[in-house]
Amino acid sequence: MMTENIQNIGKSSINVCSNVGYAGIFLLKTIFRKPRLVKGFPLLIKEVFSVGVFSLPIILVASIFIGMVVGLQGYNILSKFSATEQLGQLIALSVVRELGPVVGALLFAGRAGSALTAEIGLMKTTEQLASMEMMGVDPLWRVIAPRFWAGIISLPILTIIFCAVAVFGGHLIGVEWLGIDAGSFWSNMQSSVDFRIDVLNGIIKSIAFGFVVTWIAVYQGYATVPTAAGISRATTRTVVYASLAVLGMDFVLTAIMMGGW
Amino acid sequence: MGNKIIEVSVGLFVIAGIAALLVLAFHVSDFSTYSEHNTYRVSAKFDNIGDLKPRAPVTIAGVKVGQVVGIDLDKKEYKAVVKLRIEAKDNNIPLDSSASIVTAGLLGSNYIAITPGFEDNFIKDNGVIEETNSAIILEDMIGQFIFNSKKDDEKKSET
Repeated sequence: MMTENIQNIGKSSINVCSNVGYAGIFLLKTIFRKPRLVKGFPLLIKEVFSVGVFSLPIILVASIFIGMVVGLQGYNILSKFSATEQLGQLIALSVVRELGPVVGALLFAGRAGSALTAEIGLMKTTEQLASMEMMGVDPLWRVIAPRFWAGIISLPILTIIFCAVAVFGGHLIGVEWLGIDAGSFWSNMQSSVDFRIDVLNGIIKSIAFGFVVTWIAVYQGYATVPTAAGISRATTRTVVYASLAVLGMDFVLTAIMMGGW
Repeated sequence: MGNKIIEVSVGLFVIAGIAALLVLAFHVSDFSTYSEHNTYRVSAKFDNIGDLKPRAPVTIAGVKVGQVVGIDLDKKEYKAVVKLRIEAKDNNIPLDSSASIVTAGLLGSNYIAITPGFEDNFIKDNGVIEETNSAIILEDMIGQFIFNSKKDDEKKSET
């Protein structure tokens, strides 16, 4: 009885280790290969379309609402200190540094990551990947790599759009509705937001998140147990793991960028 | 869906991303104003800079003309050396102007206010503002006030 429990612990930890190792080898195989630009580029465009462009509506709607909510909340708090003209600074800094990259990545994991996993998982379940290999086409090149790079390219672009639209949403609430002076709104924002420290660091964050989210998504799809239940489990796992990875990495990256490690 | 529609919408997507980046760079973060080529450097020595930080504004008559780019300690005199960048178009600051560190509002952040002098010669690139007024530290003022009022009380009780 006792040994069985210990055996189970050992078994599951070996499983975890081998999964992590397999995912790492999978990643290396996807990244380090001879680039075939002429044939690969149209595939990449197609994937940027399905991963990035289709995520645009949810990003736009979410960002304008987040900008407006931060504006309202910030106004209520700042009016206690009679410092409401600092609202622009508050909105821009919180969106560019944190909310843009993180919320963007979470939405991206839910919208695009799950779709990637389900698509690749179904390809595996219906043995399309295996038959591709039979025909001498490497599925890592044909299926995985374009989706992987498309994710890394799309998320930073989505995040930048998210930030700009959220600042606009904050402007709608702060200036148009609550009546803060537009000049002090923008000038306080401009004097406190630094392009290199704030904007570029946010973009670096979003590139890291795009990498992790798409890696998890394509790996979970590729390693799906080829059944209907397997696909559903893989999709769930993608969203859960990707969200946790984004939030955890966000803390580490923020500590490195702000804490001056 | 045709190939062309896909390519066009991806192109629009990328262009939207670049446009948003430009908005962030020039509208949100004011990327361009204080770069190297359209400004000149001036430095000033202060006894105490209080809460002054890099990127604080520099104003003349309340109008922003530049910003603080660096703060160092002069090891010999134990003074703070504040480096300023001032816009090239505002190149007519008289040599005998004075710089003082003031606070925006009661609890606001510090900035530098330049009071123009009367000389006909102007401060050049890498010039120095000789006359400076240090930051007013609220705690020191309160301390002095309490100290003085205690003295007054003692005098009153003696007489």
